[in-house]
Amino acid sequence: MYSALILKPFFCVLIMNMFLKGWAKKTALWVALLLSVAQIIFAIFPETYHQSSFIYVISNFFKFDLAADNITRVLLLCIGIVFFVTIILAKQMIKDDDRRFNFINLLLIIVSGLNGVVLVTDIFSLYVFLEIVAVGSFVLIAFNKEMLALEGAFKYIILSSVASIMMLTAIALLLLVSGSTSFSAISASLLYSTYNPLIMIAMITFICGLFIKAGLMPFHGWLPDAYTAAPGPVSVLLAGVVTKTVGVYTLMRIVISVFGLYLPIQKILMFVGASSIIFAALAALGQTDFKRMLSFSSISQVGYIVLGLGCGTTLGIAGALFHLFNHTIFKSLLFVNAATVEAQAGTRDMQKLGGLSAKMPITGFSSVLASLSAAGIPPLAGFWSKLIIVIALWLSGNYIYAIIAVMGSVLTLAYFLSLQRMVFFGKLREDLMNIKEGGLGFMIPTVLLAVITVGAGLAFPYLLNTFILPVSSIFGG
Amino acid sequence: MFLNIIILVALVLASLWTVMTRSLLRSGIGLALTSVILAIIMFRLASPLAAVFELSVCAGLISVLFVSVISLTQPYSQKEIIERMKLMLVRFRLLPFIILGLGLILLLIKVNFDLILPIPETERNVRNLLWNFRQLDLFGQIIILLAGAFAVVILFKEMRKNVR
Repeated sequence: MYSALILKPFFCVLIMNMFLKGWAKKTALWVALLLSVAQIIFAIFPETYHQSSFIYVISNFFKFDLAADNITRVLLLCIGIVFFVTIILAKQMIKDDDRRFNFINLLLIIVSGLNGVVLVTDIFSLYVFLEIVAVGSFVLIAFNKEMLALEGAFKYIILSSVASIMMLTAIALLLLVSGSTSFSAISASLLYSTYNPLIMIAMITFICGLFIKAGLMPFHGWLPDAYTAAPGPVSVLLAGVVTKTVGVYTLMRIVISVFGLYLPIQKILMFVGASSIIFAALAALGQTDFKRMLSFSSISQVGYIVLGLGCGTTLGIAGALFHLFNHTIFKSLLFVNAATVEAQAGTRDMQKLGGLSAKMPITGFSSVLASLSAAGIPPLAGFWSKLIIVIALWLSGNYIYAIIAVMGSVLTLAYFLSLQRMVFFGKLREDLMNIKEGGLGFMIPTVLLAVITVGAGLAFPYLLNTFILPVSSIFGG
Repeated sequence: MFLNIIILVALVLASLWTVMTRSLLRSGIGLALTSVILAIIMFRLASPLAAVFELSVCAGLISVLFVSVISLTQPYSQKEIIERMKLMLVRFRLLPFIILGLGLILLLIKVNFDLILPIPETERNVRNLLWNFRQLDLFGQIIILLAGAFAVVILFKEMRKNVR
């Protein structure tokens, strides 16, 4: 059943390019949109999912070893939502049919790779799918072929390659020890020799590789350039799901299901998470480029997820997972806002903007919602996930880290208030008098993501029991 | 032992030539040469399957891809190449010493990891191994190749079309 999530996007690309190219150029967008909706439905109601006979035959032909638990379902939902938003944004922002067709093809390849990353049960297969996402993302960052975009893409591919080498080295060492690359076999063999120096080297090398992929401090060198220089829809995709899946989810999966949450690993995770929260928030305070500020904010928010994971308790991991979902939604929303502002005002420089709320009320209001959610203001979704993480840290005796998490939230509020003041509030500048709200392609993603941000916050009591706490099933509970 | 050292030195030299040479095309050829030497090492380590893959995919297929992509690029002028070479030599001047130093440290420290290792599997049918055990990886690699093809179309072919 799960193999269809990898096969469908891939076969769509093949069929569209081999047999139906002329026709496909007009309909590729709708095909991709249909796939994204199907993925969202599958993630929410997996039991109602029916495969077509064609996919059923194809799925049976391939013998893929895939598995899904509650974390996987959350990630599949995040991928589906951001996939949907990216397509609509691409329709608005990429006018040329040929270029949009190429964009959709690469997007489908990346979605196939992302679905593979969340579903595989083998560490080498995981590496292969991480590479699919890396190659696809690299091309999409450089999509507009502007100097800054090429520089951002180059930095991304170089640092991503360094991460890949580190992970491949770790995989080789783990294969040497366990004789297999499946998660279960490695996990079983590590039970007998966890504190062996070679195993520790392999674990730390792998985790550092994932820190680079997740863009955590001090491994974040590529992230602000790549997010800032990429076209609008690509920034949403990168910030929304790519780094979350290849970096953060993989870290969660490997640490929980393969390595185990041992004390040295927990300490590393909490230290890197807390450093990212504070230093990235301080860096965000000094930015004047809209997207660059959001990039540093992204690093800071990922720090919360890693901090929750490092806490090691069921509550901490549940909080981390909920924050991962929330961050996907509110950060995608903020990047959609940034794309709208850039398209309408022609600049991302916040010093050249101001008072846009008067002319762009929907963008302005949704941006306030997303900023408040990111800063952890009740009753928005970001508040609950941060609260769970802070409580989990406090209950596990990590008082200093709990205080750092709260301080990080204050800093987040500070830089987002600064962003709102510079871009949306205050007096409208003379040269922006004729500006107006973005088209439907901007408004649909904006409204959808804003509704989810508010809805997830208001429905928290329901989500807690049905969606967040069942995460304990990953421990076999 | 002596032969192994010669092959390893050849591997390092070929890799250095790949990254230091002035022409992109020569760099591509250097990469293929590095892959060939690596394949020899794999044969000597009793991993013929890995060696055949290294030889066919890395030295063969990837080199063809590189050469075809390089033919779509616009080369630097001779002056630019020399300037970049000078910059590269300055930037990486400490690298050989660092590598030598690390090698010496590893040679001097006798690390005992004290691990109980599983017996490696040597006899396995290639078809069975690839099709029944690593099918997902094969499929993943096909997707990577497809992504690479789109990369060439988007980054190079579209650019050419615009220039025309």
